[in-house]
Amino acid sequence: MKKSVYSICGMCTVRCPIRVESQDNEVTWIEGNPHQLNGALCAKGTAGVAMMNDSERPQQPLIRVGDRGAGRWRKASWDEAFDFIADKLKTIKKDFGPEAVILSSRGGPWQGMYKAFIHAYGSPNYTNHDSTCGRNTHHASLSINGVGRKGFAYDIKNAKHLVLFGRDMFSSLRIAENNQTLDMLDNGGRLTYVDVRQTMTGVKATRFFQVRPGTDYALALGVIHQVIKKGYYDKDFLKRYVTGFDELCTFIEEYTPAWTAKECDVKEKDIIAFVEEIGEDRPNVIFHPGWNLARYNDSFYASRAMHILNVLMGNIEMKGGLFIPKGPGDCGKKGIRSIDCAKPDIKRADGIGWEYKHFDKGPGLAHLFINRMIAEDPYPIRAWIAMRHDPFSGMPDPEKQKIAMDKCDLLVSIDTNYSEFGWYSDIILPESTYLERDTPIVLQKGLKPRLAVRRKAVEPKNDSRSSWEIFTQLANRLGLEDTFAFKTIEDLWKWQLEPTGYTMADFEEKGFIELSDSPIFYDRDKLDGQFKTPSGKIEILSEKLDKANLPSLKPFVAPDKAPEKGMFRLIYGKVAVHTQGHTTNNPLLSELMPTNTLWINSKQAKKLGVVSGDLVEISSKDKSYNATVAAHVTDFVHPEAVFTTHGFGKAIPKQTRNYLSGVSDQKLMIGKLDDWDKAGGGVNLCEAFVYVKKSIRNTKGRAEL
Amino acid sequence: MKKYMIHLNTRRCIACHGCEVHCKVNKNLPVGPFLCDISCTPLKKIGGVPRLEITFSTCRHCEDPLCVPVCPVGAMVQRKDGIVYIDQEKCIGCMACKTACPWDIPVQNPDDGKAVKCDMCMDRLDAGLKPACVSKCTTHALQLVELKPV
Repeated sequence: MKKSVYSICGMCTVRCPIRVESQDNEVTWIEGNPHQLNGALCAKGTAGVAMMNDSERPQQPLIRVGDRGAGRWRKASWDEAFDFIADKLKTIKKDFGPEAVILSSRGGPWQGMYKAFIHAYGSPNYTNHDSTCGRNTHHASLSINGVGRKGFAYDIKNAKHLVLFGRDMFSSLRIAENNQTLDMLDNGGRLTYVDVRQTMTGVKATRFFQVRPGTDYALALGVIHQVIKKGYYDKDFLKRYVTGFDELCTFIEEYTPAWTAKECDVKEKDIIAFVEEIGEDRPNVIFHPGWNLARYNDSFYASRAMHILNVLMGNIEMKGGLFIPKGPGDCGKKGIRSIDCAKPDIKRADGIGWEYKHFDKGPGLAHLFINRMIAEDPYPIRAWIAMRHDPFSGMPDPEKQKIAMDKCDLLVSIDTNYSEFGWYSDIILPESTYLERDTPIVLQKGLKPRLAVRRKAVEPKNDSRSSWEIFTQLANRLGLEDTFAFKTIEDLWKWQLEPTGYTMADFEEKGFIELSDSPIFYDRDKLDGQFKTPSGKIEILSEKLDKANLPSLKPFVAPDKAPEKGMFRLIYGKVAVHTQGHTTNNPLLSELMPTNTLWINSKQAKKLGVVSGDLVEISSKDKSYNATVAAHVTDFVHPEAVFTTHGFGKAIPKQTRNYLSGVSDQKLMIGKLDDWDKAGGGVNLCEAFVYVKKSIRNTKGRAEL
Repeated sequence: MKKYMIHLNTRRCIACHGCEVHCKVNKNLPVGPFLCDISCTPLKKIGGVPRLEITFSTCRHCEDPLCVPVCPVGAMVQRKDGIVYIDQEKCIGCMACKTACPWDIPVQNPDDGKAVKCDMCMDRLDAGLKPACVSKCTTHALQLVELKPV
């Protein structure tokens, strides 16, 4: 039977809207939702079918029989698997209290359900991957605007100039955003790209700054200096909504373009010319405040500087600028209900909320659990449940993490794929792929807010279950039916939609429900109350940071040089064909990129006697991890840096296509769990130095028999 | 008379390789053969920005195709609208077509040993749809151009 459903892609966390055709329970066609993306879909989106049909993913619950990480498993039924987990969770609760369990997820629109589960169980310890991703940006936005990083969105299409500091958007592939950017360029807009290396995003740019690694903040300061000097800012907006501008003017005085050029390894005249362009293009200049800025030890301040530049442009709540995403209330409508459970009144084990009071309490900071688990401080942790999250791939130094995990009586991995954490865990629960599962309805805020839902296109190929089923059935075994009361997804959807007056039939036409016919903008003269800072204004000087004894305007400190000869700063990034380690074993995507390489600057390569294609050996600073990959020699990576793509170097034998293929950046980051931003909360993932040398394996070899 | 061609707007193309996978999956091809290709020249600094050229290549659907007469079993067919396709029922996988083609376009499908190449998704065209690579191009950089006499 032929079928067509609208759904939401699950190959990466962009979650593009899709339409899926199937026949006799086989997916025959996936495309971007024609109503939103006009069919557009990336390679990963189409390769979803290959993931679903891949035999190299868990196909039924698996319980470990050998040592942790040894890869010996026995198949189990779902009943047995749920009993296994529920029994252990009950024992842990009895012996150590419910707070001895951590649940981590990748995050995203459905994390409320996972959080509700662990809260209902009695633990405050919900966390997600964001301390290695967007936390610095999020906290930067909170400190200035009083709203998190999603408190503003960007009308790129109508902008005249988009400025990206290391945001390689054509590799991140948010399809709608990418098309908006290309539309802007087609309309004569400008794109300025800043990075330590050239990327596809930079290729499309009208201006490119190849900066010294760790100097994004310096460049942003130099731009602020010149913008203020030239008077290219919105005086009325600053007067009306912003505090701390005078202090900014004093602080910024020393950060001249000449100083900036020297710090960043760029030309002074280029900075001046760039600011002249801004002068022409303002207020429709968008400084993207970054996404994954868990990078340098001042990335939080770099993100703050980008937010400050937006404020100086006065581009807030306007066409071609930043806007506040609107919700159902702005459309005169009621919102949906979602599964929820209040956080238990117990101290979090990562110290957020009591030791570190200036951070968002929601997901806390995952990396901070590790040392505390080892020290059993403030209390012992005896279980970690990872919901489609791979701490060993996402966070630095997995061998250090294992010391903490070894303190646990229970490690659970719920995932569509094997993960490095899953391979080390005690039990793997196979989640149905996004093509085989329904999910609760979600609200997508925006200029035209909408409701969206993922619908399964086909029945599961394997003995897998949807996440809502897994949590509901586990909750039932633990007596948490009050929070997880629904037996079917249809009942859940009905309950979610009840206050709105909509029904599931309203999703049929386009796959989503639009809550407004036209874009909603607030009156720019009446933005009071939108900035949830202590003063209600946009705070260049943050009261919250003051209270935490942190500076609002931090003087720039030049990044460290390599500690010794032969060492380079390790920079990681993304490519358009992979979602980090999630897809490196996908048959179709591994065909496009089966391994990673090491980018190295031509002059440095010459010193090492390396030409493109030669094998190079990369070692961590303590030589406890090394890998050998091909060198990609280019002028377009800064001489102090080497670059590689994240997601490779995995060691899961059941994943034959990517097994030990390439180098793993996080395994090179020895000790880096302890190197994190006390102001922004992000892990400093680009503060690791590694040894690079020409590999001995380049020799032909003489002996065979 | 050749009716269609696929054009790449290189200003919009971001070399995401989506087209290659859209094509393969639509044709149900295993790991190995690709029927279209995105390739980039090495980065070169132009006007202060390191840039590269992106090209999209696939079967040219020649007006006077060399692969058609060389096929010993008449499996290589040129339609009236200029689309050159392989009749999979007839193909014996001798790959004479590949040898005849100046661009080595036909490739062997390891699943059945037969030759495969771009057929412009003629089943989709006939149903009023666009080729898979064009329909789903991430940035709408690939376009189906309908050629008309001037």
